[in-house]
Amino acid sequence: MLLKNTYNEFIKILSKPRSYLGVGALTLLIAIIIFAMKADGKSIISFVTASFEQTLTFNGHVLNGNLIAFIILQMLIVHIPLLVALVTGDLISGEAAMGTIRMLASKPISRTNIVLSKFIAGAIYTLFLTLWLGFLALFVSRQLFGTGDLIVLNSDGLVILQDADILWRYGLGFCVAYLSLLTVSTLSIALSAFAENSIGPIVSTMAIIILFTIIGSLDVTVFDNIKPYLFTTHMASWRSFFEDPVPFDDIRQSVIILVVHNILLVVIAVYKFNKKDITS
Amino acid sequence: MESETIIKVEHLAKRFGTFEAVKDVSFSVNRGDVFGFLGPNGAGKSTTIRCLLSLISPDAGSIEMFGKTFKKDRSVILSNIGSIIEKPDFYKYLSAQKNLEIFARVSGADVSRTKIQEMLEFVGLGDRGKHKVGGFSHGMKQRLGIAQTLLHNPDLIILDEPTTGLDPQGIVEIRNLILRLKNEEQKTILLSSHQLSEIELIANRMVIINQGRSIVEGSVSDLLNTQELLVRIEVDHARLAAELLQKAYPNSVFNLVSDSELEVSFVKELVPELARVLVQNNMKVHALEPKRKLEDYFMKIIQS
Repeated sequence: MLLKNTYNEFIKILSKPRSYLGVGALTLLIAIIIFAMKADGKSIISFVTASFEQTLTFNGHVLNGNLIAFIILQMLIVHIPLLVALVTGDLISGEAAMGTIRMLASKPISRTNIVLSKFIAGAIYTLFLTLWLGFLALFVSRQLFGTGDLIVLNSDGLVILQDADILWRYGLGFCVAYLSLLTVSTLSIALSAFAENSIGPIVSTMAIIILFTIIGSLDVTVFDNIKPYLFTTHMASWRSFFEDPVPFDDIRQSVIILVVHNILLVVIAVYKFNKKDITS
Repeated sequence: MESETIIKVEHLAKRFGTFEAVKDVSFSVNRGDVFGFLGPNGAGKSTTIRCLLSLISPDAGSIEMFGKTFKKDRSVILSNIGSIIEKPDFYKYLSAQKNLEIFARVSGADVSRTKIQEMLEFVGLGDRGKHKVGGFSHGMKQRLGIAQTLLHNPDLIILDEPTTGLDPQGIVEIRNLILRLKNEEQKTILLSSHQLSEIELIANRMVIINQGRSIVEGSVSDLLNTQELLVRIEVDHARLAAELLQKAYPNSVFNLVSDSELEVSFVKELVPELARVLVQNNMKVHALEPKRKLEDYFMKIIQS
């Protein structure tokens, strides 16, 4: 029954125009970034590297596909949660608003299975978005700009990664990015179990992300104890794969916290939906 | 032979915050019944029906369906029920056929595409299967709702206000469909409706609930005494007509309603005799019509 309803959920997601909005917006944004970098990328890069040129000499293609992919990820990882929540935040509450939830809940499928199938379908949709992001950012950029060493500017300074040493970092980086986006998807579905309309969970998800991000960036002692447990603190952990050496312990810690968030949110949603009186 | 009890509800109660939606509802439905579930707005009908479908958890009382309880056998019970609650809502962006496929997959039975097409034909939507439900009228959605209830061939069909919002033609179509379910498919039907005439025409048993309590339950013919009809007679001179009829039928009571109108509770088969007596005595009979007994009965019960 779980598999059958997951298939149902996937059909519903595929049939909704808003599901393609995210894919379309992502494609357009990446196209704009690639176009901008193609048109004026060299001057942007030389502006960034100018401060190092007195001590370093840059040879080869600094503006290459690997760097463009990194820039795209850096820019879009903030916006993709909205595209994810737009679809997943609607999965339970949208059915409540439409009235179909009572049709579904009066069928011989357990409420736990209804919620789990929505989580699975949401996870598959999020995976598709992440893969599409990866394909456009990495594959298309490398095709258009060629490959080369990756220069990453972080708080410690410049990190230069060899071309042959990059793909595995992107691979693992996308896995952690997917886990971050999955947490957003899980959060919005969990909020959806509490709501009776589509907009509430989408707006609430974004509000929580913004709030947690602000708390995470505030240099206030009172927040220091909770910062490590906010999922937003770990949403940029994919970036750690582009440090040298890679801080695997920190990444492991982030993965654990994100996984725990996912499990807790699923449990909360299942509990809430099982206890809920369906009056819509 | 005593028929099997399909639904047994005892002392059901449900509260939302401080509002007691259902206080004490009890009734039972037997196999093969078309069971009328009556009550004014806010009586607790929909809440009770939602409890029967495990959409709402009751605070007190018990529900037994097919001899089982939701606590142990929720899936088994629900796989034997087809239902429409208030109005059938579908995924508007999907076709009628896709909608039925979605509900069929979670119905607990293997439902083939042929069966889905058969059900669409049964409700008169055979040629609309590929059309998106978003473009359907309310009546078409109701018929699609009935198709959805039948997909997995359930023993019990629960219809909550199936004719609400329909035009007269739609009401007749749905009523005919329910009669076909009763006569051709031999389904047990629990029918909640505001249309008292509908219940009177279709149901064999009924319960009336008011302010969250079941007031009366029994067979429609026993409760309404359908051997007799309440007849309204419209004539030129009601007083004269009443005297004439009283002489002819001394055991009946003829009530004057106005100068031109009287009422009598009369044996169904003998109603034409009333007209004959009046016409033979040169009275002009403008109307002689049976009044709906359920309406009167319902109002009497609710007001008391």
